Amino acid sequence: MFDLERWQEIFETISKNKLRTFLTGLSVASGIFILIVLLGIGEGMRNGISSEFQNDAANILFIYTGATSKEYKGMNPGRRIVMKNEDYNHTVAANIDNLEYKSSVHRIWGGMVNYKKESGSYRVEGVYPDYQFLENADMINGRFINYTDYQKFEKVVVLGRKVKNDLFKNNEDPLGKYVQIKDINFKVIGVYTDPGGEREESRVFIPISTSQRVFSAGNNINYMSFTLQKEDNFEAALAASNKFSKELETYLKDKHTIAPDDNRAVSINNSLENAKRFYDLMDMIKFFFWGVGICTIIAGIVGVSNIMLIIVKERTREIGIRKALGAEPLSIILMVLHESIFVTTIAGFTGLIFSLALLEFVGPLIETQYIANPSVDFNVAVTTVVILVVAGALAGFFPAWRAARIKPIVALRDE
Amino acid sequence: MIEIKDLHKSYSIGSNSLHVLKGINFSVAEGELVSIMGSSGSGKSTLLNILGMLDEADSGSYTLDGLPIKNLNEKIAARYRNKFLGFIFQSFNLISYKSALDNVALPLYYQGVNRKERIDIAMSYLEKVGLTKWASHLPNELSGGQKQRVAIARALASNPKVLLADEPTGALDTKTSYEVMDLIQGINDEGRTILVVTHEHDIAQMTKRIVNLKDGLIIDDTPVNQIRALSNV
Repeated sequence: MFDLERWQEIFETISKNKLRTFLTGLSVASGIFILIVLLGIGEGMRNGISSEFQNDAANILFIYTGATSKEYKGMNPGRRIVMKNEDYNHTVAANIDNLEYKSSVHRIWGGMVNYKKESGSYRVEGVYPDYQFLENADMINGRFINYTDYQKFEKVVVLGRKVKNDLFKNNEDPLGKYVQIKDINFKVIGVYTDPGGEREESRVFIPISTSQRVFSAGNNINYMSFTLQKEDNFEAALAASNKFSKELETYLKDKHTIAPDDNRAVSINNSLENAKRFYDLMDMIKFFFWGVGICTIIAGIVGVSNIMLIIVKERTREIGIRKALGAEPLSIILMVLHESIFVTTIAGFTGLIFSLALLEFVGPLIETQYIANPSVDFNVAVTTVVILVVAGALAGFFPAWRAARIKPIVALRDE
Repeated sequence: MIEIKDLHKSYSIGSNSLHVLKGINFSVAEGELVSIMGSSGSGKSTLLNILGMLDEADSGSYTLDGLPIKNLNEKIAARYRNKFLGFIFQSFNLISYKSALDNVALPLYYQGVNRKERIDIAMSYLEKVGLTKWASHLPNELSGGQKQRVAIARALASNPKVLLADEPTGALDTKTSYEVMDLIQGINDEGRTILVVTHEHDIAQMTKRIVNLKDGLIIDDTPVNQIRALSNV
């Protein structure tokens, strides 16, 4: 490799056959180019999907109950399960170190909201202060429900932006005004916006304590919602949330006398589990892209190998002369291999640089929902370089072997 | 210098076996200039290929400068060729994309001589054949005679014990042929052993000994009164 003489030989051969070398390199360069661009797009799709999941807190768990579907301990199926404050309190107490945000939700059905002459039917939910973060609700006006509101059973309400726009015409400032929910006055303390769009913004929140008391719900709750503390990586986060939901499910089924295999009575929606499906899909796509890219490179290698075979054939006579002058078989093999590796590596690097440049300059311009910032990392670049050198060696090996086996006397007769 | 005893060689062409050399006994002393003559098919090229270690005999012995040449693998054969032999071909066999100088330097490259020294030695041999001015020219920029002179310089570059010339004048006109023969005679005068395969009588007369081959056997082996090529130019 570091034999200066052989380098000189190779540069001489290459400079005498510029077009041939260029065409050889082109197939490898385009192979690498395609591989890197595909991998970049794959990464971009991954980034795009990831950003889709940033809307709601990504590791959110959402627990709700329904009717039992199985007979258990003498209870009939079809029994409605309703969670209580104790369920929520117990869950919080048992996992206090693992929970980041937590809230139970009491939902008021048929939540008619009025302001002066305007009215509308919205989703009205009694929640804890943490719910703001569970829903990624950004305050654009005023504040969210706080702990004091909860403790003092305050009749205060936070409106979604759409609700505010529906009820408060002519840009009237809603703060401090009173709206009626099921004919009971609530004071508006804030307006929020949600990246989820209009559907998420057509809700109103009141303190859960108030909700349960005013709408005579006792200590019933409809949902619970939690996020877990951040973990170092996706796998750990997934494991933690699976463990949490498993334990919670067991507890609730036990508490409410539900058959352990009854999947209808308690549902736990684990957003991380959903995200994992997407990540798995992304991994599949990435894998597929690698496959396509590698196949393209293989096509390139076969091209190089083919051309090297032709070169060897073309140079049969020259190889014969070299052998007559005392070239050992090994030096012939190394000569062909060296040229092949050199050409593939240079061509490959060219393809690599062009594709990286493309990703660097064109990548940020791509703004679709599912592709964001396509790029490849350093490891991928190094991997492709290794692939290149191996590819060059492979491409050169068979032609080199053939060259070494040329008999000088046959070669010299070759016209 | 060269000792050959009972050399046999046959080629198989399809199912037939063609017996080309049928027991050659032949020796060449140091400093001789021998021509091997014969019509085509007489086996003279085969003999030269065996002498040049480009081909191997079926039976018989071949000794070069006291060294038995037998059962060589390709690597050893290449090393021996490089060390002991210089080749001159009818069709010159220069490497087309290398300059005259680099062509001459090539055997030295395979000897592992470093580049600077290689260029110096190659230059001195180019000077010897009178082509200093053409050192940087490619073979296709040279005339036939010049090409053959480059080839001779290349054959000499590794300072071999024996020069083997296969029809060295076969592709040249008479005048150029004689110039090349003059060069070969000059090299022989310095004491180098040279074997020339030819079918031209005038060329053969310019050597010191003619060996006549026919149907794989030596039928005649006579010394000649050497005619100096220069006198014919």
